[in-house]
Amino acid sequence: MQTFLPRLKRRLRYLFHHGERHRLLQEEMEFHIAAMADDLISQGMPEQEARAAARRKFGNLTLQSEQSRDTWIAAWLSDAAQDLRYAFRTFRRDAGFATFAVLIVGLGVGASSTVFSVVNTLLIRPLPFDDPDRLVWIVNHEDTSDMSGRTTQVDHFLDLRAQNQSFSDMAAFFAFYGVGDNKLTGQGEPERLSGVPVSANFFQLLGVQPQIGRLFTLDECKWNGPKVLLMSHGLWVRRFGSNPGIVGRTLTLNDEAVTVVGVMPASFDFASVFTPGSHIDLYLPFPLTPETNRWGNTLAIVGRLKPGVPLSRAQAEATILSKQFTEAHKFKDRNDFEARLSFLRDHVSGQIRPALLVLACAVGVVMLIVCANLSNLLLARTATRQKEIAIRAALGAGRARLLRQMLTESILLSSGGGLLGVLLAFAGTRALTHLDAISIPLLSDARLDGSVLVFTLLMAIASGLIFGLAPALQVPASTVHDALKDTGRGSTEGRGHKWIRSGLVVSEVAFACVLLVGAGLLIRSFLHVLDVNLGFQPERAAAVRVDPSQQYNTQAKQNSYFDEVLRIAREIPGVERAGLADSLPLGRNRAWGAAVKGRTYLPGQYPGDAFVRIISDGYIGAMGIPLIEGRDLTERDTPSTEAVMLINQTMARNFFPGERAIGQFLEGGCGKTSPRIVGIVGDVRHLALEQSSGNEMYYPMRQCDDHMSVDLVMRTALPPSQLAGVVRISLKSIVPNLPSSDFRTLQQLVDKSVSPRRFVVLLLAGFAGFALILASLGIYAVISYSVTQRTQEIGIRMALGASAADLRGQILGQTMTLAAIGMVFGVAASWILARALSSLLFGITSTDPVTFGAMLVVLGLVSAIAGYVPARRASRIDPMVALRAS
Amino acid sequence: MGDKSKADLLQGTLDMLVLKTLTRGHLHGYAIAQLIQQLSDDVLRIEEGSLYPALQRLELNGWIDGNWGISANNRRARFYKLTPTGRKQLNGETERYRQLTGAIARVMGTA
Repeated sequence: MQTFLPRLKRRLRYLFHHGERHRLLQEEMEFHIAAMADDLISQGMPEQEARAAARRKFGNLTLQSEQSRDTWIAAWLSDAAQDLRYAFRTFRRDAGFATFAVLIVGLGVGASSTVFSVVNTLLIRPLPFDDPDRLVWIVNHEDTSDMSGRTTQVDHFLDLRAQNQSFSDMAAFFAFYGVGDNKLTGQGEPERLSGVPVSANFFQLLGVQPQIGRLFTLDECKWNGPKVLLMSHGLWVRRFGSNPGIVGRTLTLNDEAVTVVGVMPASFDFASVFTPGSHIDLYLPFPLTPETNRWGNTLAIVGRLKPGVPLSRAQAEATILSKQFTEAHKFKDRNDFEARLSFLRDHVSGQIRPALLVLACAVGVVMLIVCANLSNLLLARTATRQKEIAIRAALGAGRARLLRQMLTESILLSSGGGLLGVLLAFAGTRALTHLDAISIPLLSDARLDGSVLVFTLLMAIASGLIFGLAPALQVPASTVHDALKDTGRGSTEGRGHKWIRSGLVVSEVAFACVLLVGAGLLIRSFLHVLDVNLGFQPERAAAVRVDPSQQYNTQAKQNSYFDEVLRIAREIPGVERAGLADSLPLGRNRAWGAAVKGRTYLPGQYPGDAFVRIISDGYIGAMGIPLIEGRDLTERDTPSTEAVMLINQTMARNFFPGERAIGQFLEGGCGKTSPRIVGIVGDVRHLALEQSSGNEMYYPMRQCDDHMSVDLVMRTALPPSQLAGVVRISLKSIVPNLPSSDFRTLQQLVDKSVSPRRFVVLLLAGFAGFALILASLGIYAVISYSVTQRTQEIGIRMALGASAADLRGQILGQTMTLAAIGMVFGVAASWILARALSSLLFGITSTDPVTFGAMLVVLGLVSAIAGYVPARRASRIDPMVALRAS
Repeated sequence: MGDKSKADLLQGTLDMLVLKTLTRGHLHGYAIAQLIQQLSDDVLRIEEGSLYPALQRLELNGWIDGNWGISANNRRARFYKLTPTGRKQLNGETERYRQLTGAIARVMGTA
C-alpha cells in the first residue's frame, strides 16, 4: 500500500508528460551511442566507422524506445489514439470497403437490437406492475380451449379469495367483455368503446393508481350501484383533449348517464398484457354478487402471492379448495372449478415465447454470418496489405502493436456499424410498436432502453473482436522476409490463408442454409395456415355492430328491430345476403353444456361442452358456411313457434354417433325448452386458424335473447370496403348513432388472427434473405480474390492451351465444392435444429423434404451465380496482358 | 526483432545485476552496461535493447531514481541511483539468488 501511491503518482506523471519523456529517452540513448563510439575511437577505430558501429550495435532506436515505452501507462492510450488516426486514414483511402463493412454490421446489429428489444420487453423486463413476480394467473380447467371452460364463477372466486392462505389478495376481471361493447353518444361523433369490467380491488392488486381522480368505491361495485367509469389515458387524450376537468363529468354510455371518476396513467395498458392486439378505453366496476354468479363462468383471476409463498404451495392449496367447492355445490348453483395457477408473466409471454426464442437464435446466426463475412473481407485486405505491414515491422513496429492496429481497425468498423445499428434498431422498434394489427402481448411497450443500448454496444464490440481476430492473427505469420520477397509473381496464394478463407465461406453457407431451412419451414406452415378451410368465406364479407339500444326492452320489440335491420340491409344495392350473430369467428367465444334429451352420460363418456352462437336467418349464407343437411333458420323461428337449433358436423358426430341428428332434441340450451335439431352445418375454425372447431351449436336469435352484442354480417357483390358509407346511411333510420369505425371486413379478422405468425415469418424470411445475400457475397469475394491472385497462373495456363471453358469449369467447380461442403454441414445442423421449430409448424414436419430440397436448390443456384461472375472474368483474361503484368 | 536479446538474460537477473551495480554509486546507462561486462570478465554482455526497458521498469517501480547530469566527457547523461526501496528489493533478490545457486551447486556437487 505504501508503495502504491507514489507508484500511481509516477505513472500519472508519465502519462501526462509522455512526449517530454519520449524525447528524454531518445537523448539518453543517444548518449549511450556517443559513449560507446568514444570508447571505440579510443581503441583506435576511425571516428566515422566507430559511430556507425555503435549505432549498429545499439540496434533499432525506434524499437528500443517503443519497448521502453511499453512499460508506461501512457503507451496504451497514445497507441490507441495513433491506431485510430491511422485506421481512419486507411478507411478514407478505401471508402468503398469501409462503407460496405459498416453497412452490413449496421444491418446485423440493427436487426439483433430490434429483436432484443422485443425479447427484452416480453421475456426479460418485468411486467409494468408492482412487484410483478408475485402475480399469478388463475384459470379454471387449463385443458379446454373455450373461454367458458377457462373462466371461473363469481362464488368460486369469492370462496377461494376468502379461504386461501397463500395469497395476500385476489382480483378478477370479466373475461367476456367485447371490443366495442360500449357506445358513447352525446357530444361529437358517436363511438364504440371497449370497456373491461373489473372487480373493485383490481387496480390495487396490480399496484396501479389513477393519474387523476380516484379508483372505484365498494359502493360502486354493488349490483345496480352508481354508474361510474375509469378512462384509459389514450381515450382521455384522443377524445377529451387531456382535459383534467373530465373527472366528475357525466357521459352517455349505452344510453345511460355514467360518471367519470378518474383517468388511468399512460403506463397502464391493460390490453397489451391481457388481450394483445386490441385496446381498452374504459374500466367499469364489476359487481361480485348473486346476480353475476348466475351468469356462470365469467371471471379471469389474478392473485398476488404472499411474500415467500412458492407457486407450488399455492397450487396445492387451490387444488384442494377448488375440489371442495365443486363437491359441495355439485349440480346445484355452481359449475365445476379446478384452479390452475401460473405466473402472470409466463401466461402473458407463454404463447409467443418459442417464436421469440427462434427469432433470437436466428438473429444470432445472422450476426455470425456478418462476422464471418467481414472476417473474410478483412483477411483479403490484410493479404493485400502484406507489404505495408512488413515495412512497418521492418521500421520497428512490434508484433503486438501490429496486432492491436488490426483489431483497432475492425473495432472501429464495428462501432460505426453499431452506430448505424442503433439508428436502425430505433426505427425498427418504432415500426414494430406501431403495428397495432398484431396481437402479440406487450409489443406496443417495446422500446430502446438502456439495456438494449448496452446490448447493442456489446454486440458491436464483440463482433469487431470476432471478425477482426482471424485477420489480426495472420500478422505474425507474415514475417518481414517472406512478405517482401513474395511479390506474388506466378505463385498461388499461401496455404494457410486459403484454408481460413474457405472455412469462413463454408460456415457462412452452412449458417445461411440453417436460416433458409428455418424460414422455409415457417413460410410453408404459414401457407398451409392460410390455405386452411376456415369453414366460412371471409372474402367479400363484412360485419357491423348493430346492438339494439335500451329502448328495445322486450323480446318482441327486439325481434321487430332485428326484422327491420335485416330488411334494410338486404335492400342495400350490392348486399347479396345478410344475417345477424352475437359473436363472430376468431373473436369472443363461450360454451355451454349440452346433452341429448333423456340420455344420461356415464363419467368419461360425456361428449363435452359446445360453443354457442346465437344467430338469425341468413347468417349461415352471409358467412358462407355450408348447410350440410336439413334447413337453415328462418324469420318464422320465433318465441311462438317450436324451439329449433342448428349444430355443426363435429357435434353431430360426437353426440349422435351412427345416428341421424336431425329431428333429435338437445337439453340445456337457451331457456327451458329443449330445441329440436333442424339442420347440420359445416365446421368453422372460430378459435384460431390452426385449431379445429369442436362442438358448435346455433340458436335462433328471435328465440334466444341471451346475447351481449349483435353483429350484422353482409355478403357483398362489391369489395366490402366500398360499402361502408352506404351501409351507414341506409341503417341511419333504425341505428341512428352508428360509429364509423364499426365497419370490419371478415378478412381483417382473419388477418389479425394470423398476425403473430406473419410477424415471425416476415422477420425470419428477412433474416434468411440477408443471410443469403451475405453468403453469396462471401463466395464471390473469395473466388474473385483467388482469381485476381492467380491472374498470372491463369495466363500461363491459357498460354499453354487451356480453353476458356476449362477455366470456367475449374473455377465453378471450386465454388461449388465450397458451397457443397457448407450445405452438407448446414443440412445436418438444420435437421437437428428444426426440431426446435416443431411447435411453430403447421401441416408439415420439421424434416419436410420439400423445404429442404427447395432451399438447397436456392442456395446452390445463388452460389453458382456468385462463382460464375469471377469465373467468367478469369476466362476472359488475356494471357499476354496477364504475363506482362508486374 | 528484439526477441533474441530478451532471451539472453532472465529478466529478474538483469534487474538484480543493475541494482547491485548501482550500490557502487550514481551511474549512467552506458556505465552500468560497461561495469557489468567488466565485473563478469566479459562473460555478461548487456544488450542495450534490454537495458533501457529494464531501467524504465525499475524506475517506474521506484527502486531506482534517475537524474540528469554531466558525464566525464562533458555530455548530458542520465545518472541512476538506488532508492531505499530499491535496496530492500536488492536484499530480497540477493537472498533468493543465494538459495537458488546454493541449491544448484548442491545438486551439481553430489550428482
